[in-house]
Amino acid sequence: MTWALDHLDQIATRAVQHAWLAGLPLVIGLVVALPLGWFAVRRPRLRAVVLTTTGLLYTIPSLALFILLPPLLGTKILDPVNVIVAMSVYTVALLTRTVADGLSSVDPSTRQAAIAMGYGSFARFRAVDLPLAVPVIAAGLRVAAVSNVSIVSVASLIGISQLGYFLTDGYARSFPTEVWVGIVACLLLALVFDVVIQLVSRALTPWTRAVPA
Amino acid sequence: MSFADVWAWFSDPANWQGTDGVPNRVLQHLVYTGITLLLALVVAVPLGAFVGHTGRMRWLVTGANAARAVPSLGLLFAVSMFVGPLIQSDLAFVIPSIAVLVLLAIPPLLSGTYAGIDSVEPAARDAARGMGMTGWQVLSKVEAPCALPLFLSGLRSAALQVIATATIAASVSLGGLGRYLIDGLASQDYIQMVCGSILVALLALAADGVLALLEKWVVSPGISGRAPRVARSRATSDPTSDPTHDSTGANRPGPEPREAALRGPDRTGPVEATAATGTPSERDRT
Repeated sequence: MTWALDHLDQIATRAVQHAWLAGLPLVIGLVVALPLGWFAVRRPRLRAVVLTTTGLLYTIPSLALFILLPPLLGTKILDPVNVIVAMSVYTVALLTRTVADGLSSVDPSTRQAAIAMGYGSFARFRAVDLPLAVPVIAAGLRVAAVSNVSIVSVASLIGISQLGYFLTDGYARSFPTEVWVGIVACLLLALVFDVVIQLVSRALTPWTRAVPA
Repeated sequence: MSFADVWAWFSDPANWQGTDGVPNRVLQHLVYTGITLLLALVVAVPLGAFVGHTGRMRWLVTGANAARAVPSLGLLFAVSMFVGPLIQSDLAFVIPSIAVLVLLAIPPLLSGTYAGIDSVEPAARDAARGMGMTGWQVLSKVEAPCALPLFLSGLRSAALQVIATATIAASVSLGGLGRYLIDGLASQDYIQMVCGSILVALLALAADGVLALLEKWVVSPGISGRAPRVARSRATSDPTSDPTHDSTGANRPGPEPREAALRGPDRTGPVEATAATGTPSERDRT
């Protein structure tokens, strides 16, 4: 406990780095997964192809991906961009299916009502399908956030600075306190992400809180 | 680094022999994964089946899922630091790593088993009870086959998790393909790291592919949505089967499938009934 208090500034710095490495990919991944998921829903024949391909990306173990990306991207191995790209890939892999599921979970009568009101396909996606899919997408984002926070810590093995540093450093120095601090900090960060996503999801879906008359 | 370097590494016979050779490392990785999954299955499947069948102790599944937030690297280091020194043998590095891998494999298996059994159509369960099946028979003959798809997707994510974490476990001296990544890092042999990463990725993809095939193979056609096609082929190849039963049982919603479920100890009866009376999305697929 004293160790944690003594190193509070260091923990805070690394927590912010960790939050960037795990959080920015969530945004990038969502931006990529939305059109992919929409495409999968609109083209049912290609749905399986899109979902299988993105699903396969999640199969690649994280440490292997961190090492394979630099030659593919032309970056240096210590470049945090590798981690951002790897985590974005995983987020896309997880979210494309969720977005597709969320969009297809919209009640067909709601969709038909929107069409009858004159919504074009994109306007309907933006104003009807997407808002109604928010709870499902948010659930997928929560899974991706927790998974990202955990996987980012692995990047400390190849020397990228974030909370995982306390894990590798504590192990190397046989200093359990530091490892525990790293684990607890990761858990707290995952919790923060989880709460933020839930709050945003609630704010975006006021109708789910409507009191039945 | 170029493609030629990678090719040179793979075509060097020295990399295919002995303890540090590719065949041995792949075998080690597979053995760790196999042992881990077996141990995790022994723990998770009975627990998940119990929770799903009885509906009691659901907190167990929620708790296991929440525990997934613990970073696997941290768990690995913490367990090896505390358990490692207690073991006075060569296994001091293997046992803590396997223990962590088992811990990581349990949540997906547990929630897969639980969710599979929990999502069984109540009508099928009631029909089975109405037929006079005992609790055990309901579980083994109705709930288990219906739970297979979700259980197998749990098994798939558990296998991937274990393969990925066994790679990381090389940093706490476990063998397997992760050795190339960690040893390459220590000796700044980037080619070796890249080649190891390629092997790990291929192994993970292969394992996922095998499990996907298994899923196609073992899941009853009545559940996976392939029933109509199978029914047709069965009707043409097997003159003793009743074609009207097969085609209606899977396709027509309404009272018909339930009749099929009640038709007797026909193995596919209750299963097809679930496919047809299932959720709207399930019905869309067939």
